[in-house]
Amino acid sequence: MFNKSTHDTAASFSRRGVLAATAGLMLGLASLTGAKAADDTIKVGVLHSLSGTMAISETTLKDTILFLIDEQNKKGGVLGKKLEAVVVDPASNWPLFAEKARELITKDKVSVVFGCWTSVSRKSVLPVFKELNSILFYPVQYEGEESERNVFYTGAAPNQQAIPAVDYLMKEEKVKRWVLAGTDYVYPRTTNKILEAYLKSKGVAQEDIMINYTPFGHSDWQTIVADIKKFGSAGKKTAVVSTINGDANVPFYKELGNQGIKAKDIPVVAFSVGEEELAGIDTKPLVGHLAAWNYFQSIKSPENEKFIKAWQAYTKNPKRVTNDPMEAHVIGFDMWVKAVEKVKSTDPDKVIDALPGIEAKNLTGGTSKMLPNHHITKPVFIGEIKANGQFDVVWKTPSLVPGDAWSKELDGSKDLIGDWVGKKCGNFNTKTNKCLGSGS
Amino acid sequence: MPAHLSARLCSLALSLFLIAFALPAFAGPFEDAVAKFANDDFSDTEEAIGVIASSGSKLAFPIINALQDGRLMADPDSKKVYVTGTDGKSIDAATGEAVASVPDSASAVRLNNRLRRSVDAALGSLTLQSPDVGARLQAAQSVFKSHEETALEAVDAALAKEANRSVKAALGEARAAILLFKSDATEVEKLEAVAILKARGDQDALALLTGMGDQPASVTKAAASAIGSIQNSLAVWSMVQNAWYGLSLGSVLLLAAIGLAITFGVMGVINMAHGEMVMIGAYTTFVVQEVIRTRYPGLFDYSLLIAVPLAFLVAGAIGVLIERSIIRFLYGRPLETLLATWGLSLVLQQAVRTMFGPTNREVGNPSWMSGAFELGQITITYNRLWILLFTLAVFAILLAMLRYTALGLEMRAVTQNRRMAASMGIATSRVDALTFGLGSGIAGIAGVALSQIDNVSPNLGQSYIIDSFMVVVFGGVGNLWGTLVGAFTLGIANKFLEPVAGAVLGKIAILVLIILFIQKRPRGLFALKGRAVEA
Repeated sequence: MFNKSTHDTAASFSRRGVLAATAGLMLGLASLTGAKAADDTIKVGVLHSLSGTMAISETTLKDTILFLIDEQNKKGGVLGKKLEAVVVDPASNWPLFAEKARELITKDKVSVVFGCWTSVSRKSVLPVFKELNSILFYPVQYEGEESERNVFYTGAAPNQQAIPAVDYLMKEEKVKRWVLAGTDYVYPRTTNKILEAYLKSKGVAQEDIMINYTPFGHSDWQTIVADIKKFGSAGKKTAVVSTINGDANVPFYKELGNQGIKAKDIPVVAFSVGEEELAGIDTKPLVGHLAAWNYFQSIKSPENEKFIKAWQAYTKNPKRVTNDPMEAHVIGFDMWVKAVEKVKSTDPDKVIDALPGIEAKNLTGGTSKMLPNHHITKPVFIGEIKANGQFDVVWKTPSLVPGDAWSKELDGSKDLIGDWVGKKCGNFNTKTNKCLGSGS
Repeated sequence: MPAHLSARLCSLALSLFLIAFALPAFAGPFEDAVAKFANDDFSDTEEAIGVIASSGSKLAFPIINALQDGRLMADPDSKKVYVTGTDGKSIDAATGEAVASVPDSASAVRLNNRLRRSVDAALGSLTLQSPDVGARLQAAQSVFKSHEETALEAVDAALAKEANRSVKAALGEARAAILLFKSDATEVEKLEAVAILKARGDQDALALLTGMGDQPASVTKAAASAIGSIQNSLAVWSMVQNAWYGLSLGSVLLLAAIGLAITFGVMGVINMAHGEMVMIGAYTTFVVQEVIRTRYPGLFDYSLLIAVPLAFLVAGAIGVLIERSIIRFLYGRPLETLLATWGLSLVLQQAVRTMFGPTNREVGNPSWMSGAFELGQITITYNRLWILLFTLAVFAILLAMLRYTALGLEMRAVTQNRRMAASMGIATSRVDALTFGLGSGIAGIAGVALSQIDNVSPNLGQSYIIDSFMVVVFGGVGNLWGTLVGAFTLGIANKFLEPVAGAVLGKIAILVLIILFIQKRPRGLFALKGRAVEA
């Protein structure tokens, strides 16, 4: 559900990109002229792709923010002003994300932006947010190794998703042999690097780890599934840790089902498969495969039930599912509102300084807190896929896990911390007591 | 012997299901164990499974069977556990007495993977003497997988009575697997076990032999030679497997490219909207299945057969429309055609996105397209097999159509020499429209098949357009046989490269090879010769 097939269109199809960009621009302009706002509103930017390959995942997040703004306005808005959404469409085109971000901040004068999905889109807007000093809330689990003054990461860092999942498999399923399968781009590669280092630190031998990368949108999984089967027949309990992203998951799980690999033989734990992705698959052969998230729709808590009900009423679709990045936006939005009300201003500098320490209820019954490194505390859940496409939580962390901006497993980053409160630095080296400065 | 007794009781429980329910249950540990299901705790459930499976109670099989199917209901308030039958009737799991209804507060006992394995192992030893051959075979196989020492007596008892040859062999293998891991088995028994596993010769046997741990020296030696011989035979099979995967990938490539071989290959239109025709075919399948699901659920297995002609008509009609409204004004201007069809592909994608939403749509596999069968040591999945056969059939029909029908003759005439054909009285513009419609229609049919193995999303076509052009250009523009050979060559080359180089590098290597090949033979594998080339 993350970054999707752009590999085949990137080089030879750059004209398509231009066309899409032009179309996107025109749409953007049209929406601008239509939305001349009064001064007594606070503007909130929404930077999610509504067309192109990422539309499948990001459209829901745009709807989520519109829903949250609607709810907030019913409560009387913020600082006595109504909130007003400014929606732009970066069309799954990474350079266009930067252009649209600039447009939101300079032309529309938004106070905050909620947006991005893929790491590459976040990296492309970073310089813009730094230069123009604005605020971005990023709602998706990602590979970590970043802490920026202008960005607040409400999705999971690797230690809030990948590491607990591996711990679960080691403890509960007694897994001794590991397949790390991922799509070939930055998030899976960094996550697998962290996991490999972590597994080795737990005494797993090199020959018991198999790493496999596939292109975006890979659809012929026969060879790889046969390889996994072979790797799994070495007499040790084997599991697959999947960072396979987007559409490629559907044929992957279909092939697993068809070749008769059951969860009880070789379980697959996925970091990118949620309720929304399962909506496109017949889940019966997948029962028992796992996913690690900080939120599942099936979690029973009063907050969650209320949210799902309101969301389904808002979208007028009683079957509309909820997912993890949506919850991240709910938390992030709530934190931003609280910070603005605390400093009685939408001035970016004041809000950025006020955000660390702000607490907001998450939907699973706990209270998440914004940390000085601009990540938040989250609970981690392991869910098993049920026949109805929902997840059954089989394990959760006893308490909320604080997000690490810099992984403790990698040599290059284990001494680094992000601290925007005391040290005013995103990559402070605790060994040398020095801030490495910008250019993380 | 208690094992005999419990086995007998088991078969009794199976054959006299209802009577078994009516019998009063044991008191004590069994009832305690049943009550543990209501705790909703995985360790308690595991303990309960163990106690119940070895209790010898007539209720053991129905309880564990219900647990596997999610029909075992536990009420956390009253700590009562119920078995709901497939017929809707329920019994109290502890006593076997029929109950009128299960309370609303009860919910199905939850399982995780570890428990599913315990359930399988327990059911395996409970059903070793089932009257049904299939159930016995399955039981023997799950005992083979779990190879728990406790199942040995049940296996021996079943082995003594078994008459069916394949079940007997499976039981023998299960027994060998147990003995191999049994610490106090004799050396002779273990050597025999190694020999049986060697004869089985598959990956499961290999897994047992490599994972058996410390053994007497003679056994370790025998196992090492068995492992060597199994690995050798598996290496040969993996070549066969690669070849099969290559054929299967080739058939997908051919299916996607075959429509383009008509619009681009025969007509010379650089049709960037080809992939979207495939997508439209896939969405047609989705719509057909939706209608069947809501109105005629019994017809689900025939949904693809109904979708094929419909997809051909829908995609073909859109193709004719595109040709009449856009492409016919652009003949002989390849660059403009490229741009126009490109824009068209964007329009079609966004149209589908608006109509059906950006998310994937679920297209189900009919029962005959699901699952797999074993051929020697390789697994052949039914969906891939059917797609291969279907592709060859489409190819044959297309070839026959071009060769033996009047329309085919006209098409060939127009593409070979348009002006000559026109002066012979052929309505060339009508033929153009029909040819384009035919190519698009076949792309639509491809969409029906591809919906079975790929995502049905608005982006479906994008992932096939590059591959399709690659196949057509590689095979030789204008030559259907070239497309066939090209597709299978690329498929097989890709699948032999993939295990060596990985999926990403393999794909890059193929592209580099094609670039080099095109340098050498710009017209592809099978170049058209003669006047048609200059036209």
